[in-house]
Amino acid sequence: MQRKWMSGAVAVAGFVSGSLLMAGRVLAEEAPKIDTGDTAWMLTSSALVLMMTAPGLALFYGGLVRSKNGLATIMQSFVLMALISVQWVLYGYTLAFGPDHGHLIGGLDWLGLNGVGGDPNPDYAATIPHQAFMIYQCMFAIITPALITGAIAERMKFSAFLLFSILWATIVYDPMAHWVWGKGGWMGTNGGMGALDFAGGTVVHISSGISALAAALVMGKRLGYPHEPMPPHNLVFSVVGAAMLWVGWFGFNAGSALSSGALATSAFVATNTATGAAALSWLYAEWATRGKPTVLGAASGAVAGLVAITPASGYVGPVSSIIIGGIAGVVCFGACNLKSRLGYDDSLDVVGVHCVGGTTGAILTGLFASKAVNPAGADGLLFGNPAQLGIQLVGVGVTLVYCFVVALVLLKFVDAVVGLRVDEDAEVAGLDLSQHGETAYTA
Amino acid sequence: MKKVEAIIKPFKLDEVKESLSSIGVQGLTVSEVKGFGRQKGHTELYRGAEYVVDFLPKVKLEIIVKDDMVSQVVEAITKAAKTGRIGDGKIFVQSIDEVVRIRTGERGPDAI
Repeated sequence: MQRKWMSGAVAVAGFVSGSLLMAGRVLAEEAPKIDTGDTAWMLTSSALVLMMTAPGLALFYGGLVRSKNGLATIMQSFVLMALISVQWVLYGYTLAFGPDHGHLIGGLDWLGLNGVGGDPNPDYAATIPHQAFMIYQCMFAIITPALITGAIAERMKFSAFLLFSILWATIVYDPMAHWVWGKGGWMGTNGGMGALDFAGGTVVHISSGISALAAALVMGKRLGYPHEPMPPHNLVFSVVGAAMLWVGWFGFNAGSALSSGALATSAFVATNTATGAAALSWLYAEWATRGKPTVLGAASGAVAGLVAITPASGYVGPVSSIIIGGIAGVVCFGACNLKSRLGYDDSLDVVGVHCVGGTTGAILTGLFASKAVNPAGADGLLFGNPAQLGIQLVGVGVTLVYCFVVALVLLKFVDAVVGLRVDEDAEVAGLDLSQHGETAYTA
Repeated sequence: MKKVEAIIKPFKLDEVKESLSSIGVQGLTVSEVKGFGRQKGHTELYRGAEYVVDFLPKVKLEIIVKDDMVSQVVEAITKAAKTGRIGDGKIFVQSIDEVVRIRTGERGPDAI
């Protein structure tokens, strides 16, 4: 009896394994297969990144302004979710990621997402539907212009904001995304010179940060700045917002692995670790130089760390992350304090955190990147490849110049067409009332 | 008829209210105000910006009383509101020309 059982079992095992081998060979010849784990993670990451814009950034910024401008500040983030979601589908995605033209921009092949469907696009992500990649990228396109709003808080006309945002998204963000992440884009690792930017240090943070500087300079200071006190009206909002940014950023960085597995995990770990280190280093710098560790400082330090680790997240290990975060916290703290000496009114420190933090992160990526962490990346200077630092610097330099100049031109154009600033009475009454006819707090 | 107006430290409100109740004061109006006398403010820090906040939160009580109650009321408030430290506040006494109870239309001291 036992022998019959055993021989039967062997026969079945042989049949099953033979079938599997045959099936494997057949699958290898077919189109890339959708991995449900990767897809689930990418859709989740997309949701996380959208959450970063609202309520994350919306509350972070909303709490930092005066109560008469709370709604208007939140609205800027919220309306961009609407505006860029539609723009992206209509033409933003194709410009950024469409088939390459001259290494500078995508074509219009995918206008209205024509051809962007359920099948994977192996140029970008072989195991998830092309639309999943597209919608993930959409969330990045949304939050990037939203970051700029911090610099022009409490004084920009809503109509001017909408016009500027759509132009900036089209002429700054879409090309930048193409240069760094588009197939054939000249700057990045997808057929370009090899600048390492895992999740958007240049595309998102340096671009928005330096554009924020242009905006602060062109728009001028708020009425009463810097003599009139303008403290945050609700720091609770700001800390809640910052916490949502921290959690959401796991979608931003770990999701940039475009897969669910070891790389997403290491990016997740790098993100969390750098952020903790940056919050601590900002707190330390603040405590040591100003006497008290503030809650806003902890939140700001965390955000600075998140920004700095963004380009590095898929290329560096945990200990490198601590160093990157620790440096970013102190450097961004210094940059924010320098602002008052330089005299421009970057109301919510977009330049100090995003431009300086992104630049710091992009440069440190050139030092700490390691192929041991991500074989598809490159080694940095500290791992025997000094050339990478040079490549990073070129990427940073071009980004700074291009974005600043184009932002300046766009701002001047919008000013001529619509007028950038609200008039004095409207600014004094507050944007909630003057731009939207609403008050946040009726009690 | 007199109005006794007192500016006190906010945390003293309950104590003062109890003290006034115990001498028979039946009504009062309270508002949250800010101000300063000799008590210094404090400094607040928001990233690069440092603000000196001169105004401190206080509570203002307004009590209308008959003339013969004034000194009791002033003493009751003083005892309850005092901490001995700078910022305890002040009391002002004013004359009131007329008092009207809206529900019944009564006037004068009976309306208090």
